[in-house]
Amino acid sequence: MTDFITPSTQLKSRKSAEQRFRWYGRGAIFVSLAFLVVMVGSILYKGSGAFTTTDVAIVVDLGPDAVDPANPQDARFEKIVKDALKARFPEATKRADRRKLYGLVSNDAGFELERFVLANPDAIGTQARVWFRASDDFDILLKGTVDRDVDESERRLSDQEIGWIDRLVADGDVKRGFNWSFFTNGDSREPELAGILSALVGSALTLLVCFCFSFPVGILAAIYLEEFAPKNRFSDIIEVNINNLAAVPSIVFGLLGLSMLLNTFGMPRSSPLVGGLVLSLMTLPTIIIAARASLRAVPPSIREAALGMGASPVQATFHHVAPLALPGILTGTIVGMAQALGETAPLLMIGMVAFIVDVPQSILEPATALPVQIFLWADAPERAFLEKTSAAIIVLLLSLITMNLLAIVLRRRFEKRF
Amino acid sequence: MATSESATIDLVHSQRKKGFELFVMGVLILCSLVAVAVTVGIVLSLLFEAFRFFERIPLTDFLFGTQWSPQTALRADQVAAEGAFGAVPLITGTLLISFIAMCVATPLGLMSAIYLSEYASKRSRNLIKPALEILAGIPTVVYGFFAALTVAPLLRAGGESVGLNVSSESALAAGLVMGMMIIPLISSLSDDVINAVPQALRDASLGMGATHSETIRKVVLPSAIPGIAGSLLLAASRAIGETMIVVMAAGLAANLTANPLEAVTTITAQIVALLTGDQEFDSAKTLSAFALGLVLFVTTLVLNVIALRIVRKYQEQYD
Amino acid sequence: MSKTAIISAKDVNVFYGEKQALDKINLDIPENKVTSLIGPSGCGKSTFLRSINRMNDLVDICRVEGSITIKGQDIYAPEVDVVALRAKVGMVFQKPNPFPKSIYENVAYGPKIHGLAKSKTDMDEIVEWSLIKAGLWKEVKDRLDQPGTGLSGGQQQRLCIARTIAVKPQVVLMDEPCSALDPIATAIIEELIDELRSNFTIVIVTHSMQQAARVSQRTAFFHLGELVESGSTKTIFTSPEDERTQNYIMGRIG
Repeated sequence: MTDFITPSTQLKSRKSAEQRFRWYGRGAIFVSLAFLVVMVGSILYKGSGAFTTTDVAIVVDLGPDAVDPANPQDARFEKIVKDALKARFPEATKRADRRKLYGLVSNDAGFELERFVLANPDAIGTQARVWFRASDDFDILLKGTVDRDVDESERRLSDQEIGWIDRLVADGDVKRGFNWSFFTNGDSREPELAGILSALVGSALTLLVCFCFSFPVGILAAIYLEEFAPKNRFSDIIEVNINNLAAVPSIVFGLLGLSMLLNTFGMPRSSPLVGGLVLSLMTLPTIIIAARASLRAVPPSIREAALGMGASPVQATFHHVAPLALPGILTGTIVGMAQALGETAPLLMIGMVAFIVDVPQSILEPATALPVQIFLWADAPERAFLEKTSAAIIVLLLSLITMNLLAIVLRRRFEKRF
Repeated sequence: MATSESATIDLVHSQRKKGFELFVMGVLILCSLVAVAVTVGIVLSLLFEAFRFFERIPLTDFLFGTQWSPQTALRADQVAAEGAFGAVPLITGTLLISFIAMCVATPLGLMSAIYLSEYASKRSRNLIKPALEILAGIPTVVYGFFAALTVAPLLRAGGESVGLNVSSESALAAGLVMGMMIIPLISSLSDDVINAVPQALRDASLGMGATHSETIRKVVLPSAIPGIAGSLLLAASRAIGETMIVVMAAGLAANLTANPLEAVTTITAQIVALLTGDQEFDSAKTLSAFALGLVLFVTTLVLNVIALRIVRKYQEQYD
Repeated sequence: MSKTAIISAKDVNVFYGEKQALDKINLDIPENKVTSLIGPSGCGKSTFLRSINRMNDLVDICRVEGSITIKGQDIYAPEVDVVALRAKVGMVFQKPNPFPKSIYENVAYGPKIHGLAKSKTDMDEIVEWSLIKAGLWKEVKDRLDQPGTGLSGGQQQRLCIARTIAVKPQVVLMDEPCSALDPIATAIIEELIDELRSNFTIVIVTHSMQQAARVSQRTAFFHLGELVESGSTKTIFTSPEDERTQNYIMGRIG
């Protein structure tokens, strides 16, 4: 009897198996995307604090005893700051208390005052109210990451310090602002002063070297393989080679850089030059594969038209085919550069893990790169570095998003459907 | 005759132009040889340094030794001054973490691929696919940070609450996060593979009253098995070669264990540990990093070659 | 509805998005007979065939109006289960599409998913019965464990037929089953169709008028999405009522 309306029990269980299977699929996608959201979300949450910073105003005595108007640079600025803090909170008399008191402002307070005095000579001889960068513990307390109800012995700040901070806040001597110095400072042992400028410049120099090498070489190699290479064993070997190179672990490229570039050729260790070269060897396969794909997409009629006009194969390629393929090649290159920007392991091998305070001036000086900076900060014990690390990751992710968007825009804009 | 003379000139390229073209050709060939040169460079430098290492430490000790403690060399005249270089704990550690990663990534990646290629509407596919690819675009140092500072403490706290002792640098934390990282690798390759299965096979199965999931499980997946195997091999090779996650989350303790709650170390993490910081280049300690690098390179290369061959064969089957 | 009709289509319209592929089709298909659907390419005959077991459901933009009943049950009624429907209305496709599995597993696939065999012996019997019915048993009985894809084109198509009848459907739909085969394989399949008629109702789409004349008892002629006329094959081929049918049969259109 034909009956396809009342399902048998067997059919019912098959139907529920179907539903289960679908839910497995949805579940898998949900778990993967939830992981992405949680990871990026937690980093955004942790890192957002690093973009604001806390400054504290202290009245300092710049009278003639402290600063000599003739030679202001010779003053003992650090002592002036300490004296000012003592004057603000005279109840701190014990050594240990005083040390805590001095710890309210960053270690650099002396330099900050020096810069202030040299920039404002009018202030010499007066009682000036100067803004200092607050210490990392101070900053974290105000951001609410520290739980005041925890037992005193388990906190980094004692009740006394919290009391001082609360008084400063009550008196209007504390302000929060955008942390510009995060983008204008180099690395520092003090989290409140540490910035990513030197790492950013290091990354930029490294990428520049990487681009200058891998872009021309990649494009020319792709042109040869796609347009001129005869179909023989030799071309096969190159092709297989490139495909395999794309899957070699990145750290192996670092080993190559260490043994060849540093030890054999004696190039300067830790420099963007070596870093860029190592990364370019890594991105080369990506660029070649992308460039070949876009060269292949140029229809043969264009080649034939050029050849029919009497252009040589080389001319036909460079005058007609390559320019048409260029947007696609550029897109692939940007994607490759984005990969290079996020790469850490090979840079560790060639010594770009140094503690770099100053901004590197050339591709031969020791430098570090943004991902390596993240790696270094992630290891730092200070609580405030957690925030900085997350903030550096946010900057890195934003740069990657920008590059990828650029690639997408480029593709949309210039993509030709032949 | 003036006309015939000009005709001959027109038909023959000037010598200079010919020379230029030859030069361009030379440059092109040179550039495409760079890729070969890189491979040769990798092989030579790894072999050369590893050979120097094996002059001091016998190959068998390296491959079969179960003790790894290169840091013990204090004085040159010390007994066993070079430390112990048995790579077995590193290899098992690498395999353990990669295994955990594959256990996470295979079901998630495969089911995602199946859902996207068989069930999802075109619109949600266009939305979800790029979102999954984002996972592949995030730098590994970010995963490492997340694994070390968020996942590991969570696992530790979770373990404590049920009375388990989870190491703060457990293989599980590194493996879980690494698994998430390789999901898009598996899902996008498997997606291609599943899409390549001819519609006629699906029609045949659906046409005789199989449900969609029966068709997928009994017809589509079996036909796609070789391609899926290839994508899993590529993912495994990626997991074995991954560095930053294990450096940051797995630690350096060379334990010979299969317990995912304990700390293990991997080949890549040891290479980083051996070669960062100050180093004298001729010690067995630094040279051992190249021996490890050689092991890593050969392993991943073999996996890749097999994977690419399988995938290519598979593609030819349905072309 | 005539008494012997097993399938009955009433005012069936099929749309692909905006485009109308079938226009008000009314057709009765008698039981245990071979009905052939003929007409020029793009006339909608395959579309009609695929709407009988709802394979059109796989096309997102496809919409079916009107009613198709099988033994009085509307197959587009909301409570109908396509899976159960397709188990009763099997389909053989234009190109042989055996699964990349062994010959045995190809035939056993349907009975397995529908739970028709209780034991291995049951299954062996079903497989043997189906292969005998499909006229393939003698050729393959010694190599049941070899891949179905290793057979010749004609054998593959007979394997697909065996696979389809293994679930004992009531109706077998065939979408140009011989178009990818050589004349000898075609002749074998045509013979087979004639034999299968005693157990199954068969609807076959064909491009070849000779084939329609050879295998079918009833013929329906489609043109530009319309059913122009239907009737006994003999009538259609000797004295068609409509001029378009006449022209097509004489080879003037298509």
